[in-house]
Amino acid sequence: MAILVNKDTKVLVQGITGKEGSFHAKQCKEYGTKIVAGVTPGKGGTQVEGIPVFNTVREAVEETGANCSLIFVPAPFAPDAIVEALDNGIELIICITEGIPVRDMMMVKDYMVKNYPNAKLVGPNCPGVITPGEAKVGIMPGHVFKRGKIGIVSRSGTLTYEAAYQLTKLGLGQSTAVGIGGDPVHGLTHKDVIEMFNKDPETEAILMIGEIGGTEEEEAAEYIESEVKKPVFAYIAGVTAPPGRRMGHAGAIIMGGKGTAQAKMKALEKAGVYVIDNPAKIGETVASVLNKIK
Amino acid sequence: MKLHEHQAKEIFAKYGIPVPEGKVAFSLKEAKEVAKELGEYPLVVKAQVHCGGRGKAGGVRVVKSEEELEQAVNDLLGKVLKTFQCPDGKPVNRVLIERATNIDKEYYLAITLDRSKSKPVIMASAAGGMEIEEIVKENPEAIIIQTIDPELGLMPYQARELAYKLGLPVREFTSIALNLYKIYTELDASLVEINPLVLTKEGTLVALDAKLDIDDNSLFRHKDLEELEDESQIPKLEAEAKKYGLNYIKLNGNIGCMVNGAGLAMATMDIIKLAGGEPANFLDVGGGANVEQIANAFRILMADPDVKVVFINIFGGILRVDRLAQGLIEASKMVELRVPVVARLEGTNVEEGKRLLQESGLNFIIAEDMWDGAKKAVELAKQAQ
Repeated sequence: MAILVNKDTKVLVQGITGKEGSFHAKQCKEYGTKIVAGVTPGKGGTQVEGIPVFNTVREAVEETGANCSLIFVPAPFAPDAIVEALDNGIELIICITEGIPVRDMMMVKDYMVKNYPNAKLVGPNCPGVITPGEAKVGIMPGHVFKRGKIGIVSRSGTLTYEAAYQLTKLGLGQSTAVGIGGDPVHGLTHKDVIEMFNKDPETEAILMIGEIGGTEEEEAAEYIESEVKKPVFAYIAGVTAPPGRRMGHAGAIIMGGKGTAQAKMKALEKAGVYVIDNPAKIGETVASVLNKIK
Repeated sequence: MKLHEHQAKEIFAKYGIPVPEGKVAFSLKEAKEVAKELGEYPLVVKAQVHCGGRGKAGGVRVVKSEEELEQAVNDLLGKVLKTFQCPDGKPVNRVLIERATNIDKEYYLAITLDRSKSKPVIMASAAGGMEIEEIVKENPEAIIIQTIDPELGLMPYQARELAYKLGLPVREFTSIALNLYKIYTELDASLVEINPLVLTKEGTLVALDAKLDIDDNSLFRHKDLEELEDESQIPKLEAEAKKYGLNYIKLNGNIGCMVNGAGLAMATMDIIKLAGGEPANFLDVGGGANVEQIANAFRILMADPDVKVVFINIFGGILRVDRLAQGLIEASKMVELRVPVVARLEGTNVEEGKRLLQESGLNFIIAEDMWDGAKKAVELAKQAQ
């Protein structure tokens, strides 16, 4: 089962002729993902790594039946790319692009929520989604992941790889890993993804990797407390981050005393989540708790 | 990106938001000229720094004569102003000279993003002059919030509601609120704030202070705003890191960190603290850092005199660890390794990477994992003290 992507997902890559786009399209294809099309205006009729390139998403969808878009289009043009995918019926959009203006994302999200309530956006500024052994729709190193029963949702890229690596090393595989991105306005939230994992029969435990800023972790905690029976683990990065300083991600900032790691950890603990304070012990903690539960 | 008060006020004025009459001065001579233009005293001299809490720190002076003006300008210009928000202080290279305002009451007005709704909000309060955090903490009821539909924008009725609740002149306030929203959207602001918005004894509204933060991601379409940046307000190493596309923030500890990815970089700071040490910085070299960036990151860490040991924590995904090790070796040829370096490397081609480092003859201490690396770095930092 897993969530969001699987071996049948037909992916089109917007911005496939760029440096990033062509490199990762190849990597995803080699992993076994069904990359059916690429889109770059003006490059229609060409090929990248044997993948046909189209001028428009419309043509790509008509010709290949693509149902998921992976976006590498540069920030100034990425909002246009997301809307083009939405308007052509793509219901899962994974946007890797970093540096999109907040206002543009706000307008795009508003448009999406009002016109395409069933569409799902992952990112922007995210590593993408992987269902190990089936489909890698993103930029993560595939070999770090292994198929199994733990669902991962995370705001960060390398920290996701770190966590997956620790789990995999201990023989704990993942159902799906979702990087939701570090921007202040983005698509799927921690809560949205946890809800999907909760309904997914293959996922037996959930690992959430949060960070300072915003209130998404707190909102997830509320949901977990009332709805989730599966064990949930959480690590929150940024305990030592000073207020008012943006920690790399546009969204990772403590503002007005809101969004501290301590507040998030407290809310999660209250919701019955196993909160891990040492990022080197994520795998160990998950393994030992799951052993005890069994 | 942050703008100075005087820059924000110039923009406010262009958008029809009333601000006190005044002008910026970079020298005493200019200050005297501005004073002459403004005519009569009293005037207000305001230090222009990217930092809150100026008033309490003596950065805002009311002057009643040219002698007092001279005194105030000499006290501020060329000095470093330390406030409770910026204990290290910020250099004052310009002052704003303004006509004094007859204050009757102070209000708060701001527009920013509500992340949980992905929509802008306008916030107003009768408790002006205070930090908004304090208002919220002391009395959350005291702040009135309206959520704005991004498509429609701020509707006049929303502004009117605020004006009636606060008992402010409705037409004037509505005009200010709508123009403030125009600034928020047209300039891609992440925050636009008037604190305080003053009701004068004459019954008019004036933006006595102005804060305008611009979304860095939008600067590609605001070249004119980008030019307004005052680099003196950014710590030197941070400004340099920015030039190389590195994300660096100076902190108080002595363990320099170099990490790829913002989340892992924060986690590395946290684990150092957990092991009993203090990070000297946040440094994210990015997911796809190249040799040149690694070298520059290394140089910046070594340039910080507080750094007693460097902890490199890299999870190589797309960026192969052997390539990274080569980068580190190259970098250490260019930069003098004046402190021990603990390296924790993981990911693609890690064995080859570790071998390269060990055989390089450089004094790298290879860590088993993140925790081992943090403990080793903390131990070395303690020895160095």
